[in-house]
Amino acid sequence: MSDVIDTKRAKKQALGPYGRVGQTLDELDDRLGLARGGRTFMDKIFPDHWSFMLGEIALYSFLILMVTGVFLTLYFIPSSAIVTYHGSYAPLDGQKMTQAFASTVNLSFAVRGGLLMRQMHHWACDIFVGAIVIHMARVFFTGAFRKPRELNWIVGSTLLILAIVNGFLGYSLPDDLVSGTGIRIAYSIILSVPLVGTYLAFFIFGGNFPGTAIIPRFFILHCLIVPLIIIGLVSVHLFLLVRQKHTQFPGNGRTEKNVVGSPMFPVFMAKTTGFLFIVGGITALLGAFAQVNPIWQFGPYDAARISYAVQPDWYMGFLDGALRIWPSWSFHSWGYTIPFEVLIPAVVLPGLIFNLVFVWPMLERKFTKDNEIHHLLDRPSNRPKRTAAGVTMLSFLGMLFIASSTDVLAKFFNLSLNTVLVSMRYLTVIVPILAYPITYRICHEIQALHGGGRRKTPNVVTRSSEGEYSATPSPRYVDDVPSHLEATPVPTYIHEDPEESGDGGVRVVDR
Amino acid sequence: MTDEHRTPVSLSGLPANDPHLQPAARNPQLVERVISVCFIVGTLCIAGFGACYWIDAQAWKLGATLGGGLLFLGIGIVAWGKYLMPRGPFVEERHTLANSEADRQAFAAAIVERGGGVVQRRKLLGKLLGGGMGIFGIVAMFPLLRSLGPLPKTTMQHTDWRSGSYVVDQSGRRVQVGDLAVGSIETVFPEGTENSDRGQAVDQTVLIRVSNEAFTTMKGRETWAPHGYVAYSKVCTHLGCPVGLYEQELQLLVCPCHQSMFNVTNGAVPQFGPAPRPLPQLPLYVDSSGYLRSQSGYHEAVGPGFWERS
Ligand code: HEM
Ligand code: FES
Repeated sequence: MSDVIDTKRAKKQALGPYGRVGQTLDELDDRLGLARGGRTFMDKIFPDHWSFMLGEIALYSFLILMVTGVFLTLYFIPSSAIVTYHGSYAPLDGQKMTQAFASTVNLSFAVRGGLLMRQMHHWACDIFVGAIVIHMARVFFTGAFRKPRELNWIVGSTLLILAIVNGFLGYSLPDDLVSGTGIRIAYSIILSVPLVGTYLAFFIFGGNFPGTAIIPRFFILHCLIVPLIIIGLVSVHLFLLVRQKHTQFPGNGRTEKNVVGSPMFPVFMAKTTGFLFIVGGITALLGAFAQVNPIWQFGPYDAARISYAVQPDWYMGFLDGALRIWPSWSFHSWGYTIPFEVLIPAVVLPGLIFNLVFVWPMLERKFTKDNEIHHLLDRPSNRPKRTAAGVTMLSFLGMLFIASSTDVLAKFFNLSLNTVLVSMRYLTVIVPILAYPITYRICHEIQALHGGGRRKTPNVVTRSSEGEYSATPSPRYVDDVPSHLEATPVPTYIHEDPEESGDGGVRVVDR
Repeated sequence: MTDEHRTPVSLSGLPANDPHLQPAARNPQLVERVISVCFIVGTLCIAGFGACYWIDAQAWKLGATLGGGLLFLGIGIVAWGKYLMPRGPFVEERHTLANSEADRQAFAAAIVERGGGVVQRRKLLGKLLGGGMGIFGIVAMFPLLRSLGPLPKTTMQHTDWRSGSYVVDQSGRRVQVGDLAVGSIETVFPEGTENSDRGQAVDQTVLIRVSNEAFTTMKGRETWAPHGYVAYSKVCTHLGCPVGLYEQELQLLVCPCHQSMFNVTNGAVPQFGPAPRPLPQLPLYVDSSGYLRSQSGYHEAVGPGFWERS
């Protein structure tokens, strides 16, 4: 009799203590040997500090770029063939334009959800580049790039360059008046390279500017080649991260020999998935409420026309600024020309900056003679020289960025263009030079502060009956008291309090 | 990477009431309720997105519902992870990545001696193969480069303006001597190129009427501007933007890209900004029927600088 009743139970027992999931995992382990590595991966510890999120923002905005980008490729036509527009956007009716421009206008007005996808794609790009820059700053100022992570610093810097390049390529695709002017400038920058510039420009553009080859070529680069390289490098980046494990700030039992934080599964998985959703949500809200790149207002590209407000996307601003304030020194002799007025600000300068970025970990190792392995991060104030150097570079780039709107500044402050130009030239040199000693001093001041970064608590001043004053600090806020719980390895199993059956919750795991 | 190099994890357990396993929230019930609300609102928003998409609503409604949905779901999931899951802290050992000296030597020996030995013993083969690969690499570049684009030859050096070209406006109409009032400006092309890509990019020229009589912008150009018609290349000598703005009072042509300014009355010499050279001037004449025509092409390459520009 009991046999009948017990079939269900017997089946369950046959499945083992972990049910179907356990069985599937066993089957996988038979074939792939996943159990041990998988377990280690589930137990991987992620530090809880907020600044470790910046890289995730970059990663997730890249995911959003791919998803929205695939949608856009379904409707965008990468062709320079001229068509006459007869679409749903009336003001452009009857105008001649390239198919690239016409299909982008169509995408914005006639395709369901198209405008949202376009704007999300553009915003995700801005967030992507921005997040990489801030992530990079955190890696720099905390010294996370030191041995053994130099290679990941180089991979990351390459990613930044690729992100900027792909942003420019994508921005150029709609072939509107503003982006077309950008392509024209890019062509002239390539021309400025001595000896081979003309050949380079002809090979990249398939001839004289503008030609008809550039839109399809940029399309392949923007949608296939550069993203593939980015995916490859992001994989390398993350592989190295897992292999070398995270860095962490010192304190609370964190040492060079451990990593303290939350485990991959389930805590980090939950946080990071939620974070993906949040980045997606913010991008969608920006796409909904903040108009970006309204190409139908600029009109189609026409080499002989120009819109008054020519502004590249923000991450190209430093180049534009450098081109504006660099003096008009051109070399011309023996029948040859070297356009230094373009070559230096647009080719040599970014080349120097990025090379400096690439070799910084090696430079620092050389100058500090520090060849040790580091897993604990620096507080920026404890490394005043590095911090000051970083601030110098950022302020230099910042000044160049500001210089990209000399005309706007002149109008706004009601100054002559000349005044603004000359002052920007001086400021671009002076501000970074001043930034170094000032940052250096501030770092030293912060080092001298005790308990910097903690919230101050009031001192209670009491007057004794003899009239003597004494001050006692009141206790720290509860949130500020570090939890003195010692970190523990991630548990394999949890003892539940026995409820009814005798076998308890303790599971014997055989390996 | 083999599993042996990963952190071995002990099979330890913790009692359910261990403080590491407690949620970080001080009031888990409340947090749970807040998270439920987030999930419900998020799901409603996502459903709303579906509805908006179905009825083809405006872009902002699509974005608001999609964004709101993702945002609320995301906040809920993050809060779940942050406040309701075991608060830790947990720890993982970190092991030195470097292997033992013996392992390193074995590895290096395998590469240097095994590989090196084989190649060293067959030096000739190594060289032949290396040479073959090198030539393959170089040859592989040829078709790639040559099919990417034509050679520049001298196409950068001249435009389509020839001696006797008719000056036409953007619609292709020939410009006559009475067409422009003093102080007005027009973008012109040599007849036949006004609608071609190359014409737009290379031949574009600004025609400005600065006075009623023949005008001299520079010594040696006395005959270039009949009836006060001055013509300059419209391609900025800095980076090639169209020099599109004309400040009539100051007689300046301004490039909107980086604010280079060229003085119209003295040969378009740059007065301000990063442009290194004057805009080339096009010599004009008026033919017997009153049409404006070019005496010749430009006497120098137009636009930004490049190596072969003489
Ligand atoms: C496509 C762009 C990028 C993505 C998707 C990305 C993603 C990530 C992620 C998710 C992490 C994990 C933890 C963290 O945020 O610190 C990380 C770590 C790291 N990233 Fe990036 N990153 C990108 C670009 C960069 C750049 C531009 C640099 C620096 C030049 C860089 C250098 C590093 C380094 C050195 C680490 C290890 C830091 C540590 O463990 O503390 N990454 N990256
Ligand atoms: S392109 Fe004209 S000033 Fe730069």
